[in-house]
Amino acid sequence: MSAREKKRGQPISTGSEWTFELIRAYDKEIARIAEGYALDTYPNQIEVITAEQMMDAYASVGMPLGYHHWSYGKHFLSTEKSYSRGQMGLAYEIVINSDPCIAYLMEENTICMQALVVAHACYGHNSFFKGNYLFRTWTDASSIIDYLVFAKQYIMQCEERYGIDAVEDLLDSCHALMNYGVDRYKRPYPISAEEERQRQKEREEHLQRQINDLWRTIPKGADKGNEKDAGRFPAEPQENILYFLEKHAPLLEPWQREVVRIVRKIAQYFYPQRQTQVMNEGWATFWHYTLMNDLYDEGLVTDGFIMEFLQSHTSVIYQPPFDSPYYSGINPYTLGFAMYSDIRRMCENPTEEDKRWFPEIAGSDWLSAVKFAMKSFKDESFILQYLSPKVIRDLKLFSVMDDDQKDELVVPAIHDEPGYQTIRETLAAQYNLGNREPNIQIFSINRRGDRSLTLRHQQHDRKPLGDSTEEVLKHLHRLWGFDIHLETVRGDQVIQTQHVPPRGESDSNEYPRLDLAIPPI
Amino acid sequence: MSYVIDRRLNGKNKSTVNRQRFLRRYRDHIKKAVEEAVSRRSITDMEHGEQISIPGRDIDEPLLHHGRGGKQTQVHPGNKEFTTGERIPRPQGGGGGKGAGKASNSGEGMDEFSFQITQEEFLDFMFEDLELPNLVKRQLTGTDTFKTVRAGVSNDGNPSRINIVRTLRASHARRIALSGSSRSKLHLAIAELDRLKVEEPDNFADIQAVEAEIVLLRARIKRVPFLDTFDLKYNLLVKQPNPSSKAVMFCLMDVSGSMTQATKDIAKRFFILLYLFLKRNYEKIDVVFIRHHTSAREVDEEEFFYSRETGGTIVSSALKLMQEVMEARYPTSEWNIYAAQASDGDNWNDDSPICRDILMKQIMPLVQYFTYVEITPREHQALWFEYEQVGEAFADTFAQQQLVSAGDIYPVFRELFQRRLVS
Repeated sequence: MSAREKKRGQPISTGSEWTFELIRAYDKEIARIAEGYALDTYPNQIEVITAEQMMDAYASVGMPLGYHHWSYGKHFLSTEKSYSRGQMGLAYEIVINSDPCIAYLMEENTICMQALVVAHACYGHNSFFKGNYLFRTWTDASSIIDYLVFAKQYIMQCEERYGIDAVEDLLDSCHALMNYGVDRYKRPYPISAEEERQRQKEREEHLQRQINDLWRTIPKGADKGNEKDAGRFPAEPQENILYFLEKHAPLLEPWQREVVRIVRKIAQYFYPQRQTQVMNEGWATFWHYTLMNDLYDEGLVTDGFIMEFLQSHTSVIYQPPFDSPYYSGINPYTLGFAMYSDIRRMCENPTEEDKRWFPEIAGSDWLSAVKFAMKSFKDESFILQYLSPKVIRDLKLFSVMDDDQKDELVVPAIHDEPGYQTIRETLAAQYNLGNREPNIQIFSINRRGDRSLTLRHQQHDRKPLGDSTEEVLKHLHRLWGFDIHLETVRGDQVIQTQHVPPRGESDSNEYPRLDLAIPPI
Repeated sequence: MSYVIDRRLNGKNKSTVNRQRFLRRYRDHIKKAVEEAVSRRSITDMEHGEQISIPGRDIDEPLLHHGRGGKQTQVHPGNKEFTTGERIPRPQGGGGGKGAGKASNSGEGMDEFSFQITQEEFLDFMFEDLELPNLVKRQLTGTDTFKTVRAGVSNDGNPSRINIVRTLRASHARRIALSGSSRSKLHLAIAELDRLKVEEPDNFADIQAVEAEIVLLRARIKRVPFLDTFDLKYNLLVKQPNPSSKAVMFCLMDVSGSMTQATKDIAKRFFILLYLFLKRNYEKIDVVFIRHHTSAREVDEEEFFYSRETGGTIVSSALKLMQEVMEARYPTSEWNIYAAQASDGDNWNDDSPICRDILMKQIMPLVQYFTYVEITPREHQALWFEYEQVGEAFADTFAQQQLVSAGDIYPVFRELFQRRLVS
């Protein structure tokens, strides 16, 4: 204790160059302060990398290791180009939801930036990964790295055995449906690389048997069979298209089912991240702000350091107004940071308004209030629960309704007393993945006829499907092997249908099937 | 608990495989871009990469998403003047990004996806599937030439290769080793004799004995030869097979009045392509430029392509000169000889059979490959038909093609050097 006492008031460093000792020293101090706030984190693995390596990490969407696919190459080329032309800077950090939590620091950064990233990633994001209910239920941080290794090896083996093209075609098709490869409501079985490997063989055989059962063409006893066949299959519409394909597609080889499964598992792993962008970034930003200011209050960093920090902090949370040329939607850092900070403010200095809107948190202990807000919500419910009138006023939020049947846009609500509730609901709905993505589910398959697969798109607010839908259906056709129908439904009424192959051209060779493209083993 | 790890030394090209996959997938696009670049670029300009653009829609990964339209409500920040219930005219053409701006961020991809390929990749795409015919012949296995290199010193060899310094050093060492004890005894004996002569001049018996010993020792020392076969050291030379990695390229061009600058430009591109191609296959390349009208002259590159001449055309003059140059400077044991001839097809009629004779008898047996491109939109003349006969006789090593415009060069080039099965 006496050693720390002495150190108090002594800045850890004064220059802007970083060294490994300094990073460790800052990490130690930040960890000490974070412990004071009882932030629960995974152990940290801080890796210092170069800009090139950061571009590599970018290209693989942050996965420390991924299987090979051209789309990552495309991503890499565009990152490389815009970086080398100076059109964009690289993110200061990438952090991976794993145990231990891996954070990348770029060697170009100053010590101030490194400390900021340590606070942001290693204590902010890290505690979010460990605390938030979505991550707790839907991902398994301890096994993800192993699983990625398994996936990479498996796909490499497939490439060796069946050729790069066959695997690439399959992956293309799976990627097109990746967002429809997640269980939205059902808790997935935790992944484990070891088990996957052990069960794989067993599962291949088992699966194939089940499929054969489903598609059995041997006539059954006339009395029983017909009755059973009359029922729709699947009995309930299926939201997880990739899962359905893995289990029921009639023509896939066992290894193809395994690849579908890998893509599906990885989609599932990223699903919580897509649902908690505002919360996750807001939480990390809130904590780097708090931790860095505490460092300054203790005199452990210099005035120059804190100015540099504030400069980058403010640019991170800058929200361009809607009419700015730089505007591209609401900045999740801004919104999240504003909301967590406001929760703290409401606990510490509640106003009359806060007491009316948030009677249960106004004046309570701020630390447990923000932690509860971090743990128990996703973006949609978080906004619905915590978006306060003050934040709406500060950000000057307003909503715009665009109805293609009317000539003019309408402003249904702005940041005033009658508008708060509407704004809050509209914004929450905007972050609802279920609204953002078209609601498309597998409705039925024709088991005894042409084996066609029918999808239903439940239309919401007359929003049409985008123009790459047909391409996606072609991919689905490739995986399923037989005709695909897509029905767009409004209410109970089918208003539009799409078919692959288009009606009347079923024999066309334009829509290749996987089983034809792949030579027999 | 935290660990800080330095990963900077880890490999940085983790994305190489994925990049290759991408190039592989879009190779058709890239090849097309490369072909266009080849016909568009100036000749001195082949040595760098190329910007490749692929239409965004070809490269988009399709996803299920909402399109424009329907009823969409969005929340935006930074309100300035709007009030509840206000109506705003619909902004045209997605400018401000208001309204339905965000919903269709991946909808229409008219933007081009562009990226850079390196010079190496550029040339790889350009020369893909091409292989110089009969390259096998004298390439790496060509053991018909050797070079001798020094390989240290050995104990036997040709007297002309004797290494005098090393030989004498060995001899000196041997002499010291064999006569050392006798010499020291001799020194003692001489000292004893001197002492006896001074101190005991009357002791004749001892003096004689010592003198006899000295004579004996001297004789013994003398018996050690100055040079023994044992001492001889020779410079060792070994023969190393010398892969013939040298090529000479003869550029023959008609510069008579009928050849316009445009025609010459086309020819030039053809030559450049050939040169670049050879450069990738051989360590060292010589280029000989021969131009001709009624008489032929060896010139430098600048003059070859850009100076103007007029007059008639006698093609055989160039072939004769080429044959002379080959004989004088480029023995086939060392050089792989390639020749490319460009012409507009004009020739003095009586000369064409002579050309055929020179080619068949004196040139074709010695060259690896001879290409003839005729740059003309007109009918073929006598020269073409005579050359056809050469082509029949040397089907593997002779090729002729017709070019009309600069755009034809690359396809023709490819055709000429199409990968042939090594039989």
